[in-house]
Amino acid sequence: MNEMRDAATQTSERANAVETTYREAVREAIRDALRRDDRVFLMGEDVGRYGGCYAVSKGLLAEFGPERIRDTPLSESGFTGAGIGAAMAGMRPIVELMTVNFSLLALDQILNSAATIRHMSGNQFGVPLVIRMATGAGRQLAAQHSHSLEGWYAHIPGIKVLAPATVEDARGMLWTALQDPDPVLIFENVMLYNMTGGLAAAAGPVEIDKAAVRRMGDDITLITYGGSLWKTLAAAEALQGDAINAEVIDLRSLRPLDNDTILASVRKTRRALIVDEGWRSGSLAAEVCARIVEGAFFELDAPIGRVCSEEVPIPYARHLEEAAIPQTSKIVAAVKAIFGKAR
Amino acid sequence: MTATTDKPHLTREHSLDLLARMIRIRRFEDKSAELYTQEKIRGFLHLYDGEEAVAVGVIPVLGESDRIVATYREHGHALARGVPMGEVLAEMYGKQEGCCLGRGGSMHLFDSARNFYGGNAIVGGGLPLAVGLGLADRMRRENHVTACFFGEGAVAEGEFHESLNLAALWSLPVLFVCENNLYAMGTALALTESETDIQRKAACYRIAAEAVDGMDVVAVEAAARRAVRAVRETGKPYFLECRTYRLRAHSMFDAQLYRDNAEVESWRRREPILRFSEWLKANHMVHAEEIARIENAVADEIEQAVAFAEAGTWEPVETMTRYVCAEKQHE
Repeated sequence: MNEMRDAATQTSERANAVETTYREAVREAIRDALRRDDRVFLMGEDVGRYGGCYAVSKGLLAEFGPERIRDTPLSESGFTGAGIGAAMAGMRPIVELMTVNFSLLALDQILNSAATIRHMSGNQFGVPLVIRMATGAGRQLAAQHSHSLEGWYAHIPGIKVLAPATVEDARGMLWTALQDPDPVLIFENVMLYNMTGGLAAAAGPVEIDKAAVRRMGDDITLITYGGSLWKTLAAAEALQGDAINAEVIDLRSLRPLDNDTILASVRKTRRALIVDEGWRSGSLAAEVCARIVEGAFFELDAPIGRVCSEEVPIPYARHLEEAAIPQTSKIVAAVKAIFGKAR
Repeated sequence: MTATTDKPHLTREHSLDLLARMIRIRRFEDKSAELYTQEKIRGFLHLYDGEEAVAVGVIPVLGESDRIVATYREHGHALARGVPMGEVLAEMYGKQEGCCLGRGGSMHLFDSARNFYGGNAIVGGGLPLAVGLGLADRMRRENHVTACFFGEGAVAEGEFHESLNLAALWSLPVLFVCENNLYAMGTALALTESETDIQRKAACYRIAAEAVDGMDVVAVEAAARRAVRAVRETGKPYFLECRTYRLRAHSMFDAQLYRDNAEVESWRRREPILRFSEWLKANHMVHAEEIARIENAVADEIEQAVAFAEAGTWEPVETMTRYVCAEKQHE
């Protein structure tokens, strides 16, 4: 896409960057898409009058009206399927599902319709639909609002799965996703909405095919995405004190996975640890681990490590919730274990 | 046959057309059953035997730019919509000359050129799609009608209720056509629904609804004309319950333990082709030789379709993963 700016341009623009929250960046992305393309509309529970469960769409109803900022009944399967039908008929809907846990009520439509129709119809129909949803733990919302199921969705051929971790990606991934002829799911970690970051005044679409190296290092590759990126970067800083220089990869796209970036880094550092807020068994972390083993086994100097969520429904009590999901301290300890330093 | 104010103009020509369309579907499926026993067609095969008056009564009433969403029992709908018989049969063979390259099979017939949106084998799963098609037309101020076919089994699904509510709430131009054949696979309607008068459920959502004798092609067509006109004029949904009966098994694996022969035989006496042709004969609107001519023409078409499917080729395994995603990204 010629509209996408390369990394160098983005860096030069940071000089005149403005402080923006992740929430505002997503909102601006939606607003921009609505302005640019009259086929785009936003549909979901409480996106209009309420302003969005996480206040992402606040103000958009007044600007674009109820046709394009469309409040829905609590009918996840119904309105997700309606988004699929509207996309098949030429619209470019953005469906918002309040949380990933609720998306399970729409799983039939996402898996059996959106993901299958192009192949099953012999390429006669496509579903250019974007589905956004909140994911992740950290707000003491307990076991029916806090899970990280994006790895499940990354299992499904026929859809793309994105996890913006930065304000730039929150601002830039949506438009690129809307240009995709196939369904794209965007997972927004709930702990990132209040995060601030510098966003260039002219920030716009970003590519969605590549992982990003967020920190350069030579000793180990830490691979993560979404809300865990910042904990992983903090861990990398902490490890510097132990003379461990970690490289940090932000996957950005969970399906397809950017094998090249992962393997190039691991071939350089010869060690890898994957940080994933999903449960360990059958996780995205397991998939990344398998790909490294398949692609760079003989270049590894140590077993691959994983920091995932504990295998429990996410508990309510703060200390239990914190203990259940990846934390900086756990990542630091896991990296040290790989280096044989049980400090 | 039923007399109504929206009665189609039953010229001889129109009557013969309706009869021919039903015979065409019936004979095609008789052949399909035979081909299934020869293992030319595999997987599930759901036949429409006895229900032909519904597709033939409704689909020709729709315009070219109108849209259709169907179920896994959709050979009749595809044929009535004009999907070429050879492509339908080749699809059922799994050949790449089939309408979906052999990827969908009997349950997933699609045809974008004819606005035929499949072939959905998740019971109730097509209803939200139809709502979305209607929503797109509503938002673009286009005057198309989306006809959504589903069985009475779908009524038990949450998606049925969600979809009817959304269609009514947002005033969407969707014609819901319930093909009530009294059995969800092998479980009778009375065993699954507290309210068996299906069209009353639509009324709960403030959708204009009626029930019609689905074994009477003229009555179905008359109702479809009323319904399509209402949707086009008001932009609102309409619900048509067609009371019909499946004369064959649910699929080729069904031993039909759940109903007795006497029941099937009583419905067979009311089946739509026999009933319509007898009525036409009694009213001197058709001669036996004209029916013979229809049968011969249909037999020829089926013979050609079989030849087309037999001559079809298998998609190379190397291209199997094509079209999981679009080939040209970022269009």
